[in-house]
Amino acid sequence: MKLILLFISAAVVNNFVLSYFLGICPFIGVSKKVSSAVSMGMAVTFVMTITAAVTWLIYHLILVPANLEILQYVSFILVISSLVQLVEMFVKKISKPLYDTLGIYLPLITTNCAILGLALFAVLREYNFMESLVYGIGAGAGFSLAIVIMAGIREELELAKVPKPFEGAGITMIVAASLALAFMGFAGLISV
Amino acid sequence: MAEGNTAAETKVQTKPKEKLFSKKNKRTLSDPLSDNNPITLQVLGICSALAVTVQVPTALVMSGAVVFVLTISNVAISLMRNKIPSKIRIIVELAVVATLVILVDQVLKAFLFDISKKLSVFVGLIITNCIILGRAEAFALQNKPWPSFLDGLGNALGYAIILLVVATGREILGSGSFFGFQLIPDSLYAAGYENMGLMVLSPGAFILLGLIIWGQRMISQKFEEN
Repeated sequence: MKLILLFISAAVVNNFVLSYFLGICPFIGVSKKVSSAVSMGMAVTFVMTITAAVTWLIYHLILVPANLEILQYVSFILVISSLVQLVEMFVKKISKPLYDTLGIYLPLITTNCAILGLALFAVLREYNFMESLVYGIGAGAGFSLAIVIMAGIREELELAKVPKPFEGAGITMIVAASLALAFMGFAGLISV
Repeated sequence: MAEGNTAAETKVQTKPKEKLFSKKNKRTLSDPLSDNNPITLQVLGICSALAVTVQVPTALVMSGAVVFVLTISNVAISLMRNKIPSKIRIIVELAVVATLVILVDQVLKAFLFDISKKLSVFVGLIITNCIILGRAEAFALQNKPWPSFLDGLGNALGYAIILLVVATGREILGSGSFFGFQLIPDSLYAAGYENMGLMVLSPGAFILLGLIIWGQRMISQKFEEN
């Protein structure tokens, strides 16, 4: 039960993008088309799940016994960047079209703060292994949800007449604000 | 880390005396402040710009930290630019940045514990701030240390300016104070004025930044092409 609540909390109530402001760069960069937003969401969810598991193991089995907690930033970011390389090779092998859609954004997952943020939050909140795994999946699902909704809205926005200075990032911010408002409605769902 | 900020500003003032500042170098430093601002025009590093701007002091400390990390990482990467194999350059860059961030984090924990608590994971997230890797990739890998230093400083200050503007707006509108001092007089509250609670929450940050991007692009007349 606790794990289900944790999942819901990470996915909608405390959505990474809309309430923690993590992963905004891809959120704005890759949300022009629904199809690429879906694949970005999948890639991020995948990397997040593995990251949550691997960084938990590294932190609790290596860094804590060795009393080297201050090295968490370096070790986490190196693990994440090698994981992303791995995913990149994997995607290239199994699906060339998917690889072409994700394009330059796949390496950019490394600098997606949502991933490192996830690992750091899991440490900060002292989750156990299962909890951080579920937290990773939930955060990934939340990211995918936000980016797909955003892409849907932006596809419609193409047809709207937006003032020139607002085009691109400006209007995206305002749309994100209204999305964040909508997601605040989930706040009453659970009290975490 | 506030010293980092003031030191940076005195540098700017002594600019004309030094020969090191050729016209090109000056542009490297001043372009990112407005015409090519990392946040409003390049749209990088937004995550932390939104998350730490509920109050001015946290935004100030965050800016100081980014100024420190970005200038030093740019110089360090530029010094190593001929030695880094291009295939693993991202990992090397990340290692440099992460080391600097650890330094900042330890200093903050030692001297500014309260603010470091408030920033929580966002100090660590400087590592993944797109501005830092972006500048390393786009500038430091191709240029000598001195221009890289200026480029890092310029971009970090450009980032800091937006951060402080957003934080000022959010603190004044959201909590009626600036730097912790109450700005809105009690009599106004008695007359029915209320703080805009929305500004403290995430939608307020998005709206404010959207408006700042709009304002900046209006002035500089640079738009995104589709």
